[in-house]
Amino acid sequence: MIVLSINGQDTQVDVPDDMPLLWVLRDVLGLNGTKFGCGIAQCGACTVHLDGQAVRSCVLPVSGAAGKKITTIEGLNATDLGKRVQQAWLGIEVAQCGYCQTGQIMSAAALLAEKPTPTDEDIDAAMSGNLCRCGTYVRIRAAIKQAATGQATLPQTIA
Amino acid sequence: MMLRVDLAKDDIELQNPARRELIKRGGLVVAFMWLGGASRVSGFAQGTRLDADHPQFAPNAFVRVGSDGSIQLVMPCIEMGQGAYTGQATLLAEELDVGLDQITVEHAPPNRALYSNPLLGDQATGGSTTIRFCWTSLRDAGAAARAMLVMAAAQRWKVDPAQCTVARGVVTHAATGRTLRYGELAEAAARVAPPAKPTLKDPKDFQLIGKPMRRVDTPGKVDGTLPFGIDIRVPGMKVATVRACPTFGGTLGAVDDSRARAIPGVLKVVKLDNAVAVVGEHFWAAKKGLEALDIRWNVGAGGNYSTEQLFKDLADASEHGTPIEAKNVGDVGKATGKVVSATYQLPLLAHATMEPINATVHVRPDGCDIWVGTQVPARCVDVAMRVTGLPAERIQVHNQYMGGGFGRRLFEDSVGQAVGIARQVEYPVKIIWTREEDIAQDRYRPAYLDRISATLDDQGKPVAWTDRTTGASVMATFAPPAMGKNGLDPDLVECAAELPYEIPNMRVEWVRHDMPNGVPIGWWRGVGPTHNVFVVESFIDELAHAAGKDPVEYRRAILGDNPRAKAVLELAVEKSGWGREAVPARHGRGIALAAPFGSYLCVVTDVEVSPQGEVMLRRAVAVVDCGTVVNPNTVEAQIQGGLVFGWSAAMYSGITLKNGAVEQRNFNDYRVMRLNQTPPIDVHLMPSKETPGGIGETGTVMAMPSLTNAIFAATGVRLRTLPIDRSMLVQDKEALKSAVAASSTLPTGRLA
Repeated sequence: MIVLSINGQDTQVDVPDDMPLLWVLRDVLGLNGTKFGCGIAQCGACTVHLDGQAVRSCVLPVSGAAGKKITTIEGLNATDLGKRVQQAWLGIEVAQCGYCQTGQIMSAAALLAEKPTPTDEDIDAAMSGNLCRCGTYVRIRAAIKQAATGQATLPQTIA
Repeated sequence: MMLRVDLAKDDIELQNPARRELIKRGGLVVAFMWLGGASRVSGFAQGTRLDADHPQFAPNAFVRVGSDGSIQLVMPCIEMGQGAYTGQATLLAEELDVGLDQITVEHAPPNRALYSNPLLGDQATGGSTTIRFCWTSLRDAGAAARAMLVMAAAQRWKVDPAQCTVARGVVTHAATGRTLRYGELAEAAARVAPPAKPTLKDPKDFQLIGKPMRRVDTPGKVDGTLPFGIDIRVPGMKVATVRACPTFGGTLGAVDDSRARAIPGVLKVVKLDNAVAVVGEHFWAAKKGLEALDIRWNVGAGGNYSTEQLFKDLADASEHGTPIEAKNVGDVGKATGKVVSATYQLPLLAHATMEPINATVHVRPDGCDIWVGTQVPARCVDVAMRVTGLPAERIQVHNQYMGGGFGRRLFEDSVGQAVGIARQVEYPVKIIWTREEDIAQDRYRPAYLDRISATLDDQGKPVAWTDRTTGASVMATFAPPAMGKNGLDPDLVECAAELPYEIPNMRVEWVRHDMPNGVPIGWWRGVGPTHNVFVVESFIDELAHAAGKDPVEYRRAILGDNPRAKAVLELAVEKSGWGREAVPARHGRGIALAAPFGSYLCVVTDVEVSPQGEVMLRRAVAVVDCGTVVNPNTVEAQIQGGLVFGWSAAMYSGITLKNGAVEQRNFNDYRVMRLNQTPPIDVHLMPSKETPGGIGETGTVMAMPSLTNAIFAATGVRLRTLPIDRSMLVQDKEALKSAVAASSTLPTGRLA
C-alpha cells in the first residue's frame, strides 16, 4: 500500500511501485483531468505539481510521489493563483481542442508561483515542455501575463 | 479560388435519392466538399418523437425545448477544437433568441438521414465546411422553432404574433406587458404547424453573430472536468493497448505471451489478423504486458519499401505516367519567352493529435456500445456492423469530445480494430494506442512530387503555366462518388487549377500513383490546398525572383480582376510593413496569397536564419477575408493555430519509411513546434457581408510557402523539399555555394 497526498487528501493505493503516477491518477483513482500524451515526458499533457514543482506524471513512478504533496488540475482552484490562471485562460479563450490545456495550466501555475511576473524568457523556459497541436501558444503566453498582472493585453471573450 | 468539377450523373451511383436528384440537377463538387450543392440540412423538417414522460418541443433535429425550460441544441458537426460547437450553437441561438449561457449542447447521434452534411454527402465533419454547411440550415432551424414558440404564446394571449418580441427565451407582448417563458410554451408549441419558410433576422439585428462569444466547451477544458474519449469510464471496464504489424501489409504470426501473462494486472492477450492486444486492469499493466510479448510478424510483400523508393516511384510516374487533365486553357505550347521550371517534393505527414487514438467498446450478443471521438459517427456504425455482424439498430456510438482531429478521426480503422478486440472479451474494454502506435499506424498525408513550369513574357509575367502533380488519391477510397468522370480526384488540384492570378495559357494535371503495400493514407489539415498552395506560392516567388521583381509587386501585377484577393494583399502589405522597413542580414520576409475553402488570405512571415542554419520565426501577419464572421475570437484562434500546425510540418515533421515501416516513434523524432519557437501572430479580419467561407484549415494552407519564401529572402536558398533541411541554410560561403547548387539539383520541373 502506498499513501498519496492528492489535492489535500490522503489516499491509499495498492499498485506496483513502478506504476507511473499518471496511470494511478487516471485508471485507479479516476482523476481524468491529467492527460496521457506521449509516455516519455516529451509533451507535458500529464503535468502535475509535486510539492509545488511541475513534473511529468507519465514518467514519475508512484513510489516517488509518496510522502509529497500532489496537486492535479482538479485541485488547482483551491488557490487564488490557480483560479487566476484558469480565469485568464477563459478570458482570452486559450483552449481549442483543450486536451493539452490542463497540463499547460499546471505548468503555468507552477511558473507563476515561483516567478509572479515572469519575463518572456521565463515563459519560454517553463512552457516549452508542453506541446499543443492546436497551436495555442500565442494565447498561452498572453494568458500567463494576464494572470500575472491582472492586465488584459488581448480582447476578452463575452461570457 | 475553388475548383469546380462537374459530376456527370451517369458516373456515380448514389443511395440517397435526394443526393441523386441533386447530382442530376448538375451538382458541383468544390474539391474537398466531396458531394456538394444542397442548401439545407436533411434533418431540418424532421422532428424528434416526443417522449410522453418528458413533454418537450422538438420542431426539428437540432432544437429541443423542455417544459422545465431547458434548451438543448444538437450539433450535427463535431467539436475537435475548431470551435464548431460554439459556431453552430451561435447560429441556432441567434435565431432562437436565447443566450449561449442558456443552452446545453450535445453531439448528434449517428443518423445520416437527420445529420448528414450535404457538402460532404455524409455525416462527417471536415473540409472547413461546418459554418458553410450550417449558415443557412441552422439559422432556419432556430428561426422555425422561435416562430412556433411565439405562435403558441400569441394563441394563448389571442394576439397577433407580430406584436410579440423575444429576448433570452422569454416571449413578451409589449402592449399588455404579458410574458411567457419558452419552457412554459414548449407543449403548446409542439402542436403549432412549422412555418413554410422561416424568416431570418436582418444581420443588423444580430446579437451573437459577429461577437467574440465565449466558447461553450472551454470551461470544462480549463478545470479538467470535460471528458474526452480517452476519459470514458464504464462499469466493469478493462484497459487494453495494441500493436499492429509495423510493416504495412504484414500480418501477425506466432506470439509467445508467457512472460506477459505473468505480469500482475494482465488479464488477456487478444489476437487479430494483423495485430495483438493485451488487456489489463489498467493501462500500465496492459502496456507492460504488450512489451513483454514475443511477437513474430509475417512481414509480407512490403518489407523492403522505403521513402527513397517512394520518391523514386513518384518521379518515375511523373515522367512516364498518364496524366489526368484538370485544366487546359489556351495553348501552353505556343507561348514563348524565358522558361522557369522547378520540382517540389512533400513528405508523408502524421497527425499526432494530442489525444492518442482510443475507443471504448462493449460487445454483447445482443448489441454493441462504442464510446469514441470521431469525425464520422455513422461510418463507425458501419464498421462495427461489419466486424460484429450486428444490425445497425443494435450498435450505439456515443460520440465524445476530441483531443484534436486534423483529419485523423475521419478514419474509423481504429474503431474497427477496437471492436475486433472487444468482441473477444466479455466486458467493456478501453483500447488506447501508445504514442508510438499512433505515429506508426497513422493514416498519413500522402507524399507528392510536383513539376511546375512557367514561360515569362518580356515583363516577366507568366504567359504559360504547367503544373503536374503526382501522388496518391485519398478520395478514391474515402468517397468514390466524388471522383471526376475522367478519374480526376479534385482534391489533388484544389488551389492549383484555379489561381488568383491571370495566366492566359494553363495546363494543370495529375498523375495518379497510389501507395503500394497498404501504406495507409488520409486527409490532413488543409487537404489539397496545403499541398498545392505551398507549390504554387513558392513558384510564384521564384518567378518574381526570375523577373527581378519584388514578390508583392509581382503578385499585384498578375492579379486579375480579383478584388477580395487584392484587398487582403494590400492590407497585409500595410500591416506587415512590407517594403517600408529595412530587413537586417539573414532576416527575411515571405508572403503567400491564396483563396482556399471559400476564403481569401494573405500571410507575411518574418524569419531569421542563424549562421548555423537554424530558422527562427520572428513575426507573422495574417489578413483574412472569410466573408461574414460568426465569431472573431474563433477565427483568430484558428488562423494562429493553423499557421503553427503548418509551420510545424515545414520546420520539423516528416514521416519516413524503412523496411516497410515508419521510422519515427514519438515526439522526440516526430517533432512539432513548441511555445519558444512560436512568434507573435497578428490576425486582421476584413469586414464583409459575404456568405461565410471556411476557416479551420486556412492558416495551415498559408504557413508553409510564407515560411520558405521568407527563408529564401533571408538566405537566397530556395527550399523545394519539406521539411526544411537546415544543412542547406548554413552561412559559411563554401557551404552556402554548394547548398544553393543543391537546391537546383532536383530534376527540372519543365514538362514536355
